Amino acid sequence: MKYSEIVCLLRSKSKIIRYEIIKMIGKAGSGHPGGSLSATDIGVALFFYQMKYKPDNPKWEERDRFILSKGHATPLHYALLAHANYFDKKHLSTLRQYNSILQGHPASYLTPGVEVSTGSLGQGLSISAGIALAGKMDNKSYNVYTLLGDGELDEGQIWEAAMFSAHKKLDNLCTIVDRNHLQIDGNTEDVMALEPLVKKWQAFGWYTITIDGHNMKKIISAFDEFLTIKNKPTVIIAKTIKGKGVSFMENKAEWHGKPLKGELLKQALQELEPRINNG
Amino acid sequence: MDNKNKILPIRDGYGRALLKLGETNPDIVVLDADLSTSTRSNWFAEKYPDRFIDVGIAEQNMVNIAAGLSLEGKIPFVTTYGVFVCGRAFDQVRNTVCYSNLNVKIVGSHGGISVGPDGGSHQAIEDIALMRILPNMTVVVPCDHFQAYKATLQLAELQGPAYLRLAREPTATITCEDYKFQLGKADILTKGDDVVIIFAGTIGAEVMKAVPLLHRKNIYPTIINMHTIKPIDKETIIKYSKKFGKIITIEEHLKAGGLGSAISEVLAESYPVKIKMFAINDRFGESGQPDILLDAFGLSAEKISERVERFLLEK
Ligand SMILES: Cc1ncc(C[n+]2csc(CCOP(=O)(O)OP(=O)(O)O)c2C)c(N)n1
Ligand SMILES: [Mg+2]
Repeated sequence: MKYSEIVCLLRSKSKIIRYEIIKMIGKAGSGHPGGSLSATDIGVALFFYQMKYKPDNPKWEERDRFILSKGHATPLHYALLAHANYFDKKHLSTLRQYNSILQGHPASYLTPGVEVSTGSLGQGLSISAGIALAGKMDNKSYNVYTLLGDGELDEGQIWEAAMFSAHKKLDNLCTIVDRNHLQIDGNTEDVMALEPLVKKWQAFGWYTITIDGHNMKKIISAFDEFLTIKNKPTVIIAKTIKGKGVSFMENKAEWHGKPLKGELLKQALQELEPRINNG
Repeated sequence: MDNKNKILPIRDGYGRALLKLGETNPDIVVLDADLSTSTRSNWFAEKYPDRFIDVGIAEQNMVNIAAGLSLEGKIPFVTTYGVFVCGRAFDQVRNTVCYSNLNVKIVGSHGGISVGPDGGSHQAIEDIALMRILPNMTVVVPCDHFQAYKATLQLAELQGPAYLRLAREPTATITCEDYKFQLGKADILTKGDDVVIIFAGTIGAEVMKAVPLLHRKNIYPTIINMHTIKPIDKETIIKYSKKFGKIITIEEHLKAGGLGSAISEVLAESYPVKIKMFAINDRFGESGQPDILLDAFGLSAEKISERVERFLLEK
């Protein structure tokens, strides 16, 4: 496939996934739209460009591992897994319901393709470092991709894991920070300032790449670049817009975890309605 | 190795078991948080440096790194002081290890007040409670180095999370090398007709020292070692409660949530009898020599024998 075709395909995939996310959360009556939408383009690039995996064999040894450290963005993960054929799309409408395989936060014992349960923020990078280290010990070729929220970086454990990963030269580990500048209580720089963020990661010994997290070409070239980096872990700081794709949600902290209903739900779905060849 | 009748810290049993496992099972990895010399994980580290990971002083990170390693088929033993791994890293144990039912073995050295001079901040007295309430978790509290050795080997075979509580002080060996340890099955150490005492952990050394003192008072106890706190051996608990009509539990842990509490839960539902718990009653530990502390907390052999006698006189 030609490069331009790939990019075009990924962009249309993003539209479908965003639509699925809102439909799912609308049906569930609760969930986290903002951080699911901000990370959609990154997730799509991971699942439909970057990672190798076999949905009919979720534990395939050589698969690349994806860890959703910001577990509340699980609607995004579920939509990606369903569209990657890990399970039937009909499950998406059962999100957050009793007896569903799709829990409100990721539960690995129920959902095929979910490596580990998350939801308590700050833990995913350490888990990923353990997986990456095991890969090094056993000379495996897989890579580990970890999605972090920016507010999540307030957790001290993230920096313990950052230190560890650089110390162990885990160049098979790529973490993506969804830099949407929002956490629950407001702007990250007001709640707990993160800047200068790139310098922090650099000081911890990481290779850093900063991109526009909604520019598909930039996203895939960042992932390409990661594969060339040796002896250190890579962090991609992806500048994103929380609630991306739904006009009234964009850059609004209150849409972090607000239920979406009635007219607003209808409007959101209208805005996201995937149309063929419109982008 | 002739460790019979020796006074040894049970962490030595753990250290030896890790060496054995290192030899027989290539999946075993050991993690520590800058305390490997006092937890005995340094023995493994010296012999198998490629399978030993020192994470620095970062317990939460350590538990989750172990989780990641276990996802890839490794069998990680995470070792540090019980207070730190159960307290500071509780959320990591709960939300990652137990919720995902991962094969991570958590080893808390330095359980109980017998830790001694380091004082209350370093004496784990709530670790059993914290670990046993978690779904999927197995909890074992060995009484001596032989039992610690055997428990470690068996926990390596068990699939799923486990907590193993160790202690710092050298204590008397009360089991023997060829005794058959079975996870989840209590051991009857002495058979007497006057009272039943159920204990877990190295306090067993004091309990056994109390036996001749009790004999002198003409009290012949049945002594049961409940090394596995979860899953607990209900059958044995109920059987002996029926036989004696009342029981004594002894442990180096808070009353709340420990061995006595676990036994009470079984009996309250199945066969209520009077229970006397010799344990730590809603307070922290403090500094002091281990023998002095045990005596002050009513857990020395002398205090145990006095308290047993008093209990039997109670109506
Ligand atoms: C340990 C922990 N503390 C608090 C929460 C509650 N919580 C859920 S999401 C969130 C904010 C996350 O912000 P960020 O990481 O920036 O996520 P994003 O903006 O990508 O949604 C908080 C505080 C949690 N899930 N885990
Ligand atoms: Mg954010």
